[in-house]
Amino acid sequence: MTTRIGVVTFPGTLDDRDSLRAVRIAGAEPVSLWHRDKDLKQVDAVVLAGGFSYGDYLRAGAISRFSPVMETIIDQAKAGMPVLGICNGFQVLTEAHLLPGAMLRNNHLHFICRDQRLRVETDKTAWTADYTAGQEIQIPLKNMDGRYVADERTLDMLEAEGRVAFRYLARGEAADGYGNPNGSLRDIAGITNEAGNVVGLMPHPEHAVEPLVGTGRTDGLGFFTSILKKLVNA
Amino acid sequence: MARVVVDVMLKPEILDPQGQAVQRALPRLGFDGIADVRQGKRFELEVAGPVDDAALARIHEMAETFLANTVIEDFTVKVEESK
Repeated sequence: MTTRIGVVTFPGTLDDRDSLRAVRIAGAEPVSLWHRDKDLKQVDAVVLAGGFSYGDYLRAGAISRFSPVMETIIDQAKAGMPVLGICNGFQVLTEAHLLPGAMLRNNHLHFICRDQRLRVETDKTAWTADYTAGQEIQIPLKNMDGRYVADERTLDMLEAEGRVAFRYLARGEAADGYGNPNGSLRDIAGITNEAGNVVGLMPHPEHAVEPLVGTGRTDGLGFFTSILKKLVNA
Repeated sequence: MARVVVDVMLKPEILDPQGQAVQRALPRLGFDGIADVRQGKRFELEVAGPVDDAALARIHEMAETFLANTVIEDFTVKVEESK
């Protein structure tokens, strides 16, 4: 049977099409999910795509978190269903308390758009198994509210439990794409929940799955092949 | 109708670059002597019906679950004099 991966569209979501395409290129069946639907159409995993759901009014991701589709996703995620939140999707996951911490306005107050270099810190999540821990990748980053914050205790806990999934690369030979782009604490670009099924990150792997577009590399494809392998082997 | 005001502010330890940008602009505009600025949100709720303990408890719950993100923000709830 084909693996079905759902991509949620909220009012204001921008990257649902790219996410659906990434799912298809990885070899799974993409399924569109609408924010008002409680029914997840029997998908095996869900991607919360980037964009500006509900215009980011109140706080980024705050209103979407209470949508009917999220009620079901929150329950299912707690039961073990894999969920990937990209950018606005990451913000929704923190607002839903599926991931700890919060996302705030970039420290320089500018929208930022660039190819970003990251280190994959763990291959022990449902969405990173096809990478190796320590691997460096380059994928696009574009956001206004990308500054990850949490209290010191939470940050220490994330580090101790190996739940910092991605970090912005602080140094390197090439200046391009290096450095912390938004003031995220401890250079955190993405994290995972304790079980490893819920992952959130600010940069956009779905924009780097074909050599012709985005970075010209396919460094993001591993997210979608990872989940596919996990579900097929499950 | 009574008005209840919910003020939401970033916690003191959270960096507020928007407040800093405002603060930095002040001397340029000739307003001196402001050591720090923090920017928050104010919600004015027009409440239908009496603002009794039960209503205030509901508003408190609303602020805690939705209007504020208590991971990063503090909030206060106060009832304004009805006009």
